[in-house]
Amino acid sequence: MTQRITIEPVTRIEGHAKITIQLDDDGNVADAWFHVTQLRGFEKLCEGRPFSEMPSLMARICGICPVSHLLASGKACDQLLAVRIPETAIKLRRLFNLAQFVQSHALSFFHLSAPDLLLGMDSDPKKRNIFGLAEENPQMAKDGIQLRKIGQTIIELLAGKRIHPAWVVPGGVSDPLTVEKRDKILSMLPEAKEIALRTLQWFKRSLENFRDEIRTFANFPSLFLGLVTPEGEWECYHGRVRVVDENRHIVADQLDPVEYQDYIGEATEPWTYLKFPYYKPMGYPDGVYRVGPLARLNIIDGFDTPLAKQEWVEFRELERGAILSSFYYHYARLIEILHAIEKMEELLNDPAILSKQIRAIAGLNNLEGIGVAEAPRGILIHHYKVNEDGLMEWANLIIATGHNNLAMSKGILQVAKHFVNGKQLNEGMLNRVEAVIRAFDPCLSCSTHAVGHMPIHIQLIGADGTLLDELRRD
Amino acid sequence: MNEKKIKLATVWLDGCSGCHMSFLDMDERLLELAEKVEVVYSPLVDAKEFPEEVDVTLVEGAVSTEEDLHKIRLIRQRTKILVAFGDCAVTGNVPAMRNRFHIKEVMERVYEQNATQNHKPPVDGIPTLLPRVRPVHEVVKVDVYLPGCPPRADAIYFVLTELLEGRIPDTTAVTRFGA
Ligand code: SF4
Repeated sequence: MTQRITIEPVTRIEGHAKITIQLDDDGNVADAWFHVTQLRGFEKLCEGRPFSEMPSLMARICGICPVSHLLASGKACDQLLAVRIPETAIKLRRLFNLAQFVQSHALSFFHLSAPDLLLGMDSDPKKRNIFGLAEENPQMAKDGIQLRKIGQTIIELLAGKRIHPAWVVPGGVSDPLTVEKRDKILSMLPEAKEIALRTLQWFKRSLENFRDEIRTFANFPSLFLGLVTPEGEWECYHGRVRVVDENRHIVADQLDPVEYQDYIGEATEPWTYLKFPYYKPMGYPDGVYRVGPLARLNIIDGFDTPLAKQEWVEFRELERGAILSSFYYHYARLIEILHAIEKMEELLNDPAILSKQIRAIAGLNNLEGIGVAEAPRGILIHHYKVNEDGLMEWANLIIATGHNNLAMSKGILQVAKHFVNGKQLNEGMLNRVEAVIRAFDPCLSCSTHAVGHMPIHIQLIGADGTLLDELRRD
Repeated sequence: MNEKKIKLATVWLDGCSGCHMSFLDMDERLLELAEKVEVVYSPLVDAKEFPEEVDVTLVEGAVSTEEDLHKIRLIRQRTKILVAFGDCAVTGNVPAMRNRFHIKEVMERVYEQNATQNHKPPVDGIPTLLPRVRPVHEVVKVDVYLPGCPPRADAIYFVLTELLEGRIPDTTAVTRFGA
């Protein structure tokens, strides 16, 4: 005697994710599922192709964070060559990743979430987009567009193209950085920093308007997982894995990312194309963990740049243990933007960044390679096996959105429990269910697509199959 | 100015969103376009049921599930000028690389070999994959081809401004396959 509500954010129309909410006899929420409805099959379609093609091919997993896939893939290929790549190549790749953090976080914050945050969760759905934002607060819309543009322009200056550049190659990068380009990038950073600081101030002031959301947006104990430096500081390119619990106690530290199979398992479920990674020592589904901006700020001991360090200390004061509400992903994202800008400045002021030693040339020396990096949305793993001719035989990819799959499902359940009751559906609940997903900033094109506001269709179906209520946001 | 705004839709089938990101790469020109164009449906704005009488629809991605098929047919009916937006829409590109394999093999790799728990492909409440991924023009009529992976923002801007002037753009000078 159960009832099901189906939220089809994108099904018939845009369709790559939907939500089902299960009611019990009394009309209370019993369970919720987040379905990912697209499968692209990169783990198979790469088979038989030369490994040197992988960075360019794997970048096409996602146009929002192609740089992450380029880097994880490039690192896996470095292992196939069995080389240690030049220091400058590492610095350049790191710079590349930081530029992506800026553009991708800007997209998430300004283009996608700011409309909710500025116009309100219950505002007119027609206005809740970047254009509506431009009417209401032109400065903020311009800031968002400008910040994303700066990130994308740096990527273009480094790699020749904003989306899917072919600059990361096995063994390093293909072209060095010129003095002119370095100076051009340096000249853009002060404005980026101003925007980041201005937005942080605004966001911190507006936090008190979102008490309900903070309380219910996937706010629960879980593990947090990500990369840290040997000193325990923030890291996005190399680093080792640290896991902390809800009290911010370290559960595991300095794990070798290459050994990921020892501590990360992947489960499948019948209702979704997206798999469920879990922390193996705690089993499935207890080993639920979160990755991405909030997780990174929970696991680290600090930043190594002054402004971000200061913001992080303030952020840490929100709670005693780990910061648990996923609403704070937004906050964490802004601090990471600030850090990325500071860090880029530091890297560009290091003369070594201009060195022409940027690539280790070698043939195939290993038949297996694993590349791991932090993507804006969390840790990303590419694992390849090739044959003696260097042709791909097998690949496994664990993407950031995948890691958060369990946590997103739990978060949806929490929001649904709070905002859904009885047989009535309402628009505010719909938008909050959407917004909790948006807080995680799932890069669903890595697995599905759900950028921005999704058309939503909820059906509440009784135990006998009759339609009790229906709501559509048009 | 009293001109009626052009109704623009953008949709996403089996693509990587890179073409949409390139659309956003028009940067401040987006706000300029917003004066002349009304984005009536898109993953980037608040979406509705795909509306009737859309002037221009940009379609990113190839057709790879039953649902994509259903969607693209509906979109064709309701759109005056349909643009195959990017290489995936134009040729099938990356998603079509899975055509060399049987769906069963793809599912086995992902959900059986590469899983440590359950080992079963999903079956419940998700759309079925088509046996072959197809470019948009194999399924419905396409009016304008805008190749590139992704097409550069300048090329997208060119196409939109030409269409705004009532001309069917010649894209050969501004972009190419794999650009
Ligand atoms: S054409 Fe290229 S950029 Fe566009 S969706 Fe396909 S893979 Fe992505």
